Amino acid sequence: MATLQLRNLRKSYLAHEVIKGVDLEVADREFVVFVGPSGCGKSTLLRMIAGLEEITSGDLLIDGQRVNEVGPADRGLAMVFQSYALYPHMTVRDNMGFALRMAGVPKPERARKVAEAARILQLEPYLDRRPKELSGGQRQRVAIGRAIVRNPRIFLFDEPLSNLDAALRGQMRIELARLHEDLQATMIYVTHDQVEAMTLADKIVVLQAGRVEQVGSPLELYHHPANLFVAGFIGSPRMNLLEARVLGADGAGVMLEAAGARLTVPAGGASRPGAAVTLGIRPEALRPDPAGAFAGEVRLVERLGGLTLLHVTLVGGEAVVVQIEGSDPTPAHAPVRLGVEGAACHVFDAEGQALPALGRHPLAA
Amino acid sequence: MRSSRRQMLLATVLGWGAALLLFFPIFWMVLTSFKSEIAAIATPPQFLFAPTLESYAEVQERADYLHFALNSVLISVGGTLLALAFAIPAAYAMAFHPTARTRSTLLWMLSTKMLPPVGVLVPIYLLFRSLGILDTRSGLVVIYALMNLPIVVWMLFTFFKEVPGEILEAGRMDGARTGSEFWHLLLPLSVPGIASTALLSLILCWNEAFWSLNLTTSEAAPLTTFIASFSSPQGLFFAKLSAASTIAVAPILVFGWLSQRQLVRGLTFGAVK
Ligand SMILES: Nc1ncnc2c1ncn2[C@@H]1O[C@H](COP(=O)(O)OP(=O)(O)O)[C@@H](O)[C@H]1O
Ligand SMILES: [Mg+2]
Repeated sequence: MATLQLRNLRKSYLAHEVIKGVDLEVADREFVVFVGPSGCGKSTLLRMIAGLEEITSGDLLIDGQRVNEVGPADRGLAMVFQSYALYPHMTVRDNMGFALRMAGVPKPERARKVAEAARILQLEPYLDRRPKELSGGQRQRVAIGRAIVRNPRIFLFDEPLSNLDAALRGQMRIELARLHEDLQATMIYVTHDQVEAMTLADKIVVLQAGRVEQVGSPLELYHHPANLFVAGFIGSPRMNLLEARVLGADGAGVMLEAAGARLTVPAGGASRPGAAVTLGIRPEALRPDPAGAFAGEVRLVERLGGLTLLHVTLVGGEAVVVQIEGSDPTPAHAPVRLGVEGAACHVFDAEGQALPALGRHPLAA
Repeated sequence: MRSSRRQMLLATVLGWGAALLLFFPIFWMVLTSFKSEIAAIATPPQFLFAPTLESYAEVQERADYLHFALNSVLISVGGTLLALAFAIPAAYAMAFHPTARTRSTLLWMLSTKMLPPVGVLVPIYLLFRSLGILDTRSGLVVIYALMNLPIVVWMLFTFFKEVPGEILEAGRMDGARTGSEFWHLLLPLSVPGIASTALLSLILCWNEAFWSLNLTTSEAAPLTTFIASFSSPQGLFFAKLSAASTIAVAPILVFGWLSQRQLVRGLTFGAVK
């Protein structure tokens, strides 16, 4: 059992506020990912949970107990650092056994637990090596092993894969997912990589400038972004954003005009006719269609084999990206019409807040 | 290509020139110690002479070298250990838990080295007299430790700064409290730095003359006092003085030679790895 609650958590460095009131509930065994651009406060928030940064105000509760004043050594959490932070003067065995040694665990039990973790992480051949004699991937495993051995209440990860090359990163991501399933542990994971966030998380927390922009499951964030920031941050290629004008609203949704086309988006909220809004369309929601509402010209085609990306400039000059499954025959420099389902569109008001969708995506309950 | 060779040559010549210039007094001192007193003051100076050990014999006769040498060892080691005992926690706090005033504290500590020691001689002397620690080894240990404290703190601070903070944080996450963090992580990681700091402190203590001359007479007098006792206002004493100096500096020269790699690292304040 390990739950975590953050209540209006704040952090200031002198007069500079870095974390501006974060509320969050983390359930037992949940895999929570903090994601956001560099400098938004992800690491700071994680380190506040770890006890490595003092909490300026607000409450931090682990299993219902307020732990603001409890030191990092006594919170029962384990952390994997971006730099791995292995003890350079100790062997892999001693690195992994250090926490148990600090806890006064007898030697035979220590050896047994280290051996067990080494087996899970396939580190057995390296137990007597020092960190500098290991590759990046192996060091990463040792850092994870050091956390596993302790059987902590909560695992904390700060961008653990960002120092690995792309191939290894993909592999470690899968191993982390498996580890979470095997250990049935609560994990909090910081990354700026949205692929890691989407694939690993039960729950994603999108942060920007020290504030939570949205909390939800990966598909909830993808299909129902709460605001322009989340809409632009989650998804690759990015969501296409077009300036639009409200024509009217009825039970079926909002009627809009954008880039010379008219369409109805099933979204609610009070929007007066004439109001300026932003229309958001995911690249995969657009498709070439002779009867489509948008007209434009293909500027560039990127053929990835399994996917084709069309870079299209609409008649009004707006640039959009269209993502098509498979190898699409559309040539570059050809006129094209693009169609879209109103249900796949998003509307954001002048403040950047999403108008509530009338229906929910079936996988984003 | 050509100019870089010429630069090499120039650098070599300058380097050797500087080295010889620095080494010459020591060389001359050793040479003089093997001369007779007459030969020692001859003009022009003699490079070729009949070597004699008579100065060494006389030095041995007039003073108990081992007594002074033992004092030097005890006081230097004691002063260094005492300085480390204060400096290590201080440098630890400043390197890993800095506050807004850490920098200025460090600068202030260094600025105390800019004061001429003679400026505080009288107060220190009176203090020592009231405490009854004039001419005691423990008195000198205290004054040497204080004398070297700023530089020892500075050096340790720069060495500790080289230890990645995340390693200590990882230790804290692993359940290490301040004591364990220090013994199991910081100390093993900064042994080279602490060693070179200790070496430098030992050498500074060994060669210190101002305080030892003023605060000791015989009981606690180290080798620097021993040397000084051979300079006399009259008579011929150059050869004897040289002989005394030679045997006084010999141990620390050998010591410095053996540990020169550590020393270079220490003297560059950890700037080169
Ligand atoms: N010790 C510190 N003193 C002052 N500002 C800091 C300190 N640590 C972090 N910050 C500031 O806090 C903000 C968030 O930093 P961080 O949590 O490291 O961001 P992220 O991990 O999301 O990239 C940054 O703007 C950074 O400049
Ligand atoms: Mg970070």
